[in-house]
Amino acid sequence: MNSILEMRGITKTFPGVKALDNVNLSVREGEIHALIGENGAGKSTLMKVLSGVYPHGTYEGEIRFRGQPVAFRGIADSEKLGIIIIHQELALVPLLSITENLFLGNEQAKRGRIDWIAATARARELLRMVGLTDSPETLVTDIGVGKQQLVEIAKALSKEVKLLILDEPTASLNESDSDALLALLLRFKEQGISSILISHKLNEIAKVADRVTILRDGTTVETLDCHDAPISQDRIIKGMVGRDLADRYPRRTSNPGNILFEVKGWSADHPIHPGRRVVRDIDLHVRQGEVVGIAGLMGAGRTEFAMSLFGRSYGRNIRGKAFLGGREIDVSTIRKAMDNGLAYATEDRKHYGLVLDNDIRHNVTLAKLDGVARRGVIHHEREIEVANDFRRRLRIRCSDVFQHTVNLSGGNQQKVVLSKWLFADPQVLILDEPTRGIDVGAKYEIYTIVNQLVAEGRGVILISSELPELLGVADRIYVMNEGALVAEMPAADASQEKIMHAIMSSASKSPAAAVRESLQ
Amino acid sequence: MSAELNMPAAPSRQASMAKFLKSHMRDYGMLISLLAIVAFFQYMTNGTLLQPLNLTNLVLQNSYIVIMALGMLLVIVAGHIDLSVGSIVGFIGALAAILMVQFHWHFIPTAIVSLMAGAAIGAAQGYWVAYFRIPSFIVTLAGMLVFRGLSLALLAGQSVGPFPVEFQRLSSGFIPDVFGTTGFHTTTLLLSIATPAIMIAFSVAARIRRHRFAIEQEPLVLFLLKSAGLFAVVAYVGWLLATYKGLPNVLIIMALLIGLYAFVTRDTTIGRRIYALGGNEKAAKLSGIDTRRLSFYTFVNMGVLAALAGLIFAARLNTATPKAGVSFELDVIAACFIGGASASGGVGRVTGAVIGAFIMGVMNNGMSIVGIGIDWQQVIKGLVLLAAVCFDVYNKGKA
Repeated sequence: MNSILEMRGITKTFPGVKALDNVNLSVREGEIHALIGENGAGKSTLMKVLSGVYPHGTYEGEIRFRGQPVAFRGIADSEKLGIIIIHQELALVPLLSITENLFLGNEQAKRGRIDWIAATARARELLRMVGLTDSPETLVTDIGVGKQQLVEIAKALSKEVKLLILDEPTASLNESDSDALLALLLRFKEQGISSILISHKLNEIAKVADRVTILRDGTTVETLDCHDAPISQDRIIKGMVGRDLADRYPRRTSNPGNILFEVKGWSADHPIHPGRRVVRDIDLHVRQGEVVGIAGLMGAGRTEFAMSLFGRSYGRNIRGKAFLGGREIDVSTIRKAMDNGLAYATEDRKHYGLVLDNDIRHNVTLAKLDGVARRGVIHHEREIEVANDFRRRLRIRCSDVFQHTVNLSGGNQQKVVLSKWLFADPQVLILDEPTRGIDVGAKYEIYTIVNQLVAEGRGVILISSELPELLGVADRIYVMNEGALVAEMPAADASQEKIMHAIMSSASKSPAAAVRESLQ
Repeated sequence: MSAELNMPAAPSRQASMAKFLKSHMRDYGMLISLLAIVAFFQYMTNGTLLQPLNLTNLVLQNSYIVIMALGMLLVIVAGHIDLSVGSIVGFIGALAAILMVQFHWHFIPTAIVSLMAGAAIGAAQGYWVAYFRIPSFIVTLAGMLVFRGLSLALLAGQSVGPFPVEFQRLSSGFIPDVFGTTGFHTTTLLLSIATPAIMIAFSVAARIRRHRFAIEQEPLVLFLLKSAGLFAVVAYVGWLLATYKGLPNVLIIMALLIGLYAFVTRDTTIGRRIYALGGNEKAAKLSGIDTRRLSFYTFVNMGVLAALAGLIFAARLNTATPKAGVSFELDVIAACFIGGASASGGVGRVTGAVIGAFIMGVMNNGMSIVGIGIDWQQVIKGLVLLAAVCFDVYNKGKA
């Protein structure tokens, strides 16, 4: 069978990080090729290289499409050859109609004048191909996420697609929408259109994929052929996580004390889609001197839970109770949550954590300005001392504390965010992906800070998508999926496989489960 | 690229001159521009610009712009804009005129009611901006129309005046000379020597404290130059004014307000929080700052200052006209941007806005004396505004 796509020796580096290291991917004519790997394994980067988001010259390696070497300078180049990527976040304009969206940038026009009759007719035809019966005049905002996904695919079809790339297309879809989408992929396959399917849902992959390529830490682990032998989940999980755990975590003797913080029956709805439950009935506790991890895939609702807990900064219709030291506390506003001993260090330090245009000093004291002020007047020298103190303790690398945080590296920015919350002196600190996008050395230092915190008797809730990190740092791990806690285990008994199993087996207890089981 | 690559250098106590100048280019640049513009027009007008009478006029003409620029700076730093201030000036002037001329109120209760009305107007607009998240551009554009219309309605299209003499003094009065010397205002001269002396004393004290805490500071040479310059300029202006009628009352009000707002923005938690709000609202909110209330109060504050400007302007004209304050908002906003405020919020300083207002004021005044028509004046002012902001963007891109 001929290859439609050959990617060989792809290496892509970002400043300080090697995102892809000599990755190979080969997709055959008319197959559905699944691409899987943990968060950060390099799947999206690889697809951005393929589609020209990272233009030729910014990476090493060779791409051949239908036998010809190609050098894309942008998405337009790859689309011209029929390589269409559909991103996880849909690129539709909500307040335009389906027709307008389908032909955005590719309008059915003669000399600049759009032929709406032809466009509508063609739109109807495209919609029929993806099994949609909605009127092409409908606004995209008025149809559900599942249908929007199909509109994206119809848009791809309008461009003579040869290779369709879907990045987690079913992540936000319900079971029947997912099934419809997978059936569509199988139909395309009959028509000779190849697809690359990025997905975390192994049951889906088992259902439709011909071959599977597993990425881990920016390298290709292996490519498995689903027709040679049925592939079990265990086999795939082993490929995904099978890295050696070197001594990347500072040692700590853990001796958790009494229950410090407790959450009971915590639920929250999506802020825009009322009634869509994002956090379901969470019961959780943290002991003094304990690091509690929350594992889960992206979109599991971990950040949503943490932010809804921290002064209702996410979601609506929030229910549940929070206790500190056995006494119920009011966390209804951020101020009250902070006054009651909570702190939340965000996963998105640039948008939610730092005032990038301000210097380190101002960012460090922002959450507790009263700590360096008397009757509302700031004591500047005291403030600088505080900032310098954290600079020393957390080893923030900077020219001085007057350096603007926008000019710091990711790891040092993260340390500034941590300084801010350490200065606020919380009892319980929620760390949301504290080591995302920072290098190994800085990670180690952040783990050391976490250890110091718990040594002082505080509690830490660590949200992380990196399982080795959770296993290396936490005392106890909760596993979250689809908004609910689905497992709890002491870190000593936990393993990456166990956590993955907890996630996978909680997901989609449904008709698709039968397919999965038949493959095991 | 990565800061990790640079080994932490031993913190130098006193920054090198070049480095310091580079990082503060904007501040010094503006001051130098103002001096250059003054020198330019002093030459072009054959010395008329800095004649005591004209200097007094310059202060009187710009006082209301400077006062509103203080409030506008906070609004802009918080990430908003207020287009309604010109109309508020007109409306408050009309209100005060009706109260004093038609209802024969004393000027003190009139002033109090006017300032409260300003606060209420600011609150009404701030409410929609802060709590309903309606863009301030739209809310205050509406306010601009509403209050212009209301001042027309209040005055029934007529000019109302004149005002009681005590009220006029707000604008046209001068501080009394306790020494009673004729032909020379000794108090004015003493004040304008004492004020910079006190300011310099404070900054010396701050330098000593910073030195004790081993904090980097302005190089000594620059500090001495700046202090000497400040002293010379203020004392010279004081001397010039002393040879005329002395310090205008408005100048005293203005100076006190500038001092107050410089203090609030630099040294108080409220000021700091406004900068954080404008710099990154989400981060500020997640740091426990009540961002909505803060936005709300910046508008209340703006309303009060616009009302004060309205009173001063009415007192200066000695009549309230329906056209009072038209397009003031543009001068005020331009002053803030020339002074280095960022349109996206979070950046800007009181001293910058004040210097920006004076750059605009000197240009207005100088160009009028030279005889440049109002048409070309607008063109030139527009280009200066664009150039100042281009300079900012260029500077930022280079950093």
